[in-house]
Parts: sequence; C-alpha cells; structure tokens
Amino acid sequence: MTATTPPGEAELINPGGDILRCEHIAKNYGAVTALTDVNLHLKRGEVLGLLGDNGAGKSTLLKILCGFQPATSGRIFLEDKEVTFKSVDHARSLGIDAVYQDLAVIGQLTVFQNMFLNREVIRWPLVRNHIMRREAREHLDEMGVQLPSVDAPVATLSGGQRQAVAVARSVFSNPKILLLDEPLAAMGVKEGAIILDLILRLKHEGNVSIIIIAHNYAHVLEVCDRINMIQGGRITLDKLTAETSADELTDLAVAEYRKALEERQRQER
Amino acid sequence: MLMRVLRVLGRQREATVFIIAVALFVYFLIDKGSNFTSKSNQVTLWSDFTTPIIIIALGEVFLLICGEIDLSVGFVVGFAPFLMHYLIDFYGFPGLLALFFALLFGVLVGWINGFFTVTIGVPSFITTLGTGFVLLGLIDTTSHDEPAAIPAQVMGIGKWIQYYAWAPIIWAVALAAVFHIVLTRTRWGLHTVSVGGNLLGAREAGIGVGRIKYGNFMITGLLGAFVGLQTMYYTNNIAPTAGSYTPMFYAVTAAVIGGTAMLGGVGTILGAFFGAVVLGILLDGFPLIGVSADPLNIIFGGAILVSMVANVQLTRLRERGQR
Repeated sequence: MTATTPPGEAELINPGGDILRCEHIAKNYGAVTALTDVNLHLKRGEVLGLLGDNGAGKSTLLKILCGFQPATSGRIFLEDKEVTFKSVDHARSLGIDAVYQDLAVIGQLTVFQNMFLNREVIRWPLVRNHIMRREAREHLDEMGVQLPSVDAPVATLSGGQRQAVAVARSVFSNPKILLLDEPLAAMGVKEGAIILDLILRLKHEGNVSIIIIAHNYAHVLEVCDRINMIQGGRITLDKLTAETSADELTDLAVAEYRKALEERQRQER
Repeated sequence: MLMRVLRVLGRQREATVFIIAVALFVYFLIDKGSNFTSKSNQVTLWSDFTTPIIIIALGEVFLLICGEIDLSVGFVVGFAPFLMHYLIDFYGFPGLLALFFALLFGVLVGWINGFFTVTIGVPSFITTLGTGFVLLGLIDTTSHDEPAAIPAQVMGIGKWIQYYAWAPIIWAVALAAVFHIVLTRTRWGLHTVSVGGNLLGAREAGIGVGRIKYGNFMITGLLGAFVGLQTMYYTNNIAPTAGSYTPMFYAVTAAVIGGTAMLGGVGTILGAFFGAVVLGILLDGFPLIGVSADPLNIIFGGAILVSMVANVQLTRLRERGQR
C-alpha cells in the first residue's frame, strides 16, 4: 500500500478507512491545464470540504469523480479497488452521485419527475407516476424538505427549494459517496440553512461520505470534518477542520493571489 | 379577473386552441351548412387537409421540444414514394418490401440529419436546410420532373392507408394518441423534455442527449415517409411536386399555435393536434366561403404571431402567478 501512497501525505492517509482515493489526477482541455496533480482521499462517513478559488479546478475534479468526464491521467480507487468511470450512469451504479452547481434539474418537469430523472420507475413502456410521486413525497418528508407539492414544475420553486430537490434526489439512490458542487451558491441565509441542515442530517446518519465544493469558508467549516484546499490544479492544504480556521484559509488564498501577481509583474518587467 | 382568466388559459393552452377550432367549425357550419357538413367535405377536411399536418407535427413537436427542427421532412414526403416506385419498377422488389424501404428511407434521412446536427455539430436549421435541398434535387433529377403511376403491387394496401375515406384521420388520431403517451408517460418523452429544457443538466443526469436527438430526427423522417405514401394514394400518382416545404411549414405552424416553444422544453401533442385541426378547417373552409387560398397565408402568419405573443405573455403570467 505504501508504494501507491503519494509522498508527503503518508501520515494523513489511513488506507483501511478510505472509501475513495485519487492519485496524481491531471486534466487538460487541449492546451489548457485544469488539474496538474491531485492526490485526495475521503474516509468512510467523512464530510470533506474542497475549497479553492474560481478556476482552481474544483468543478473539474468533481466532474471526473462522478464520471462526467475522464481524467487525462491518474488513478481512482473506490474502496481500494481501482476504477475507471465510463459514464455518469456507471459511476452512479458504483455508488457515486453528484449535485452539480447548475443543479441539473429540469424546470419544465415536476418535482417528482426530477427526483426520478433518468432512473424512472417503469413498467415498460410506461413510467409509473403514482409510485414515483408517492416515493418522492415520502423521501422529501423524511429529509425534512418542505415543498408546495411534488407535482409543481421545478421552475416555480425558489433557489433553495431547487437545491433541496437536487440534494434529495442524489441521496435517493443511497449513494456511498455524495459530491456537492457549491451547494450554497447564490442562496440566502435562510435557504442556505435548509441545505446545511440537510447535510448535517446525512452526516449524522453516517451512511454516506460527502465531498463539498465551496468557496464560502465560514459555512463549510460548520459541517466539514476535514478541509482540502485546491490551488492551481493541485491540493495545497489538507487539515482537519478543528486544526484550521477561516482566517488561515483566507490567508492561503490571498497568498496565492499575491504570488501570481508578483510573478506576472516580474514577467512584464 | 382578466388576469385570472388568462392564467387559467395559460395552464390550459390546448383548451384555448381547442375552443378556436370549435368556434371555426361552428362558424363554417352556420355559414355553409350542408356544404360544409357533407361527407365528402368532411373527408377532405379531416383526411386530406388535417391528417398530413397532424402526422408531421408529431415529429416536429418532439424535435422542437428537444431543441431542434427538421426543415427537410417535406422532401422526404416527396422522395419516399419515388424510391418505392424505383425499387418496384426498376429493381423488381416486391411491393411490401419496397414500401418498407420507402419508410426506412425516412428513418435514414433522419439519421443523416442527426449525424450532421449531433455528431458534427451543425445547427439543425442549417443541416436540414441542406438535406432538404439535396432531396429536392434527388426528386427532380431521378424523376426527370415527370410524375409516375403507382405500381400495381402496392395498390391493394392503399385501402389501409388512404383509400378508405376515414383511414387517414384514423391513422392521425391513433398516432397522436401514441405520441401523446410517449411524450408524457415514457422515459423517451421525459428525456426529450429534459434535453430541450436543460441540455447540460440532462447530460449531467446521465441522459444520452445525442441518442434522444438522433431518435427524434429518425421518427420525424419516418412520419414524413408515411405521409409521402398517404399523399401518393391521395393524388393517385407519384408527383415530383409532392415534395415541398409546405407540409413542414404547416406542421411547425400547428405546433407553434398549439404552444410548442422554439427554444425547447415546452410543447404538447394535444396542442399541436388542435393547431393542425385549426389549420385544416381554415384550409377547407375558406374556399367554401369563396375566399381563395391566397389571403389564407395572411391569416396563418397572423395566427403564428398572435400565438407566439400569447405564449410569451402567458408564460410570464404563469410564472408570476405561481411564485
């Protein structure tokens, strides 16, 4: 196991307890490098905060981990077995589900249709609306999500409600790993609280390991066990939440910005 | 009060078009009486005018909902019967097999439209403009601009497709019922709405976006070929002039009047069905009251504009009302 452990992170990795491990993940879009060398691990039942500024590669990494796009190089281990995700469906079948920043909800479809999007209950050739409607309602009640009706088109819901639908949908299939991309983006304090409560509830139930991508540190520190900072396409910090603070994270982000600025000025001179 | 009425109408878009269709029907009924209600005129109205619009509109609705359009389908209408005629009369194919290949040709054209639009990435407006011209050229070149007679081998089956007076409209209603169920109650329909409503979201949910678009192009092509056969039996010959933009334009008009949005995600089979009935009644009724077909297009154009404005306004009202 030590042979595959990236140097410098050895003391943080506990191979037995890792549900997900990434080694040397890189991603290029043509000439543009989004991820240079990402090493990351997620423990069973853990909530990991993945922080970083815009363009640091957070969403790129998430889209690799959920099977939306392949990495250019690197290896992914799921429960200590190496995996290559062929598609979103494939990753989902292995127990990884994601809530994207743009939510991937369909405004024209109802709440329950969205909850079952691409995993509809069918008795060929028809979808079974009454079963999906009932299960969606039960599931949302169970999670404490308040909605006017599961028959409402998602376009008529507020941002927080849409986010709640998207999160509830991902938890629906009992994933082992849940990836949340900016779950609090563009949300008011009250709406954000709905989502944070939802995450805390999942954490207490302990059946799912979660990676939260965010750039709002204060909120994320509340729910995360551990924080990873991604800068310039690599992980630059890996600490338990208790050992770090919003100030340290901010300093790190600002330091990177200063360094880049100085470098540019040097080049211009 | 007015707001409430409009809001109810907004939810019941199909009901609005249905009421317009009934009103037009009653108008011609009162004005022309038995001239309008006679069996021969009703057959003309439903089987000859309305049916082709409905059937092609079924395909266009699916395409428009998933964010695409097919401008070429009118030329599939024209070429499919010629292909059947060539296969039978020049290559000795059995009648039924030739019919089958004529329908398959529609599917093939749909696949080609899908290939250029989805795989190559050309907007479908341009793709199908191109394939439409190619088909028009094929029709005119291979037929030498001459009509052909229907091969004797396939005359018998014409009874099922067209010769029995009500056969076409029965086909149209049955197909519309099937397509309505497919759109609202199957994965294919829900995914079609998803692709048009939120393309990236649909992809992220793992929906095969390309597959949906390919499929809807192929369905539209198949329906075009079927209408081509119907038209052949109706006119009782195979005419190069049968291929034109008109069937497609009428179908898209019916879809738009029925509440289908050009930007995707929104549309119903029921709306397009009643939209086609409105067009059919106008096409049939106007000559009856002594108005030529010439000013009819002014009304069609007006109807498109009015219904598009209504669409935008009603959507706005609906969103305000439910928030």
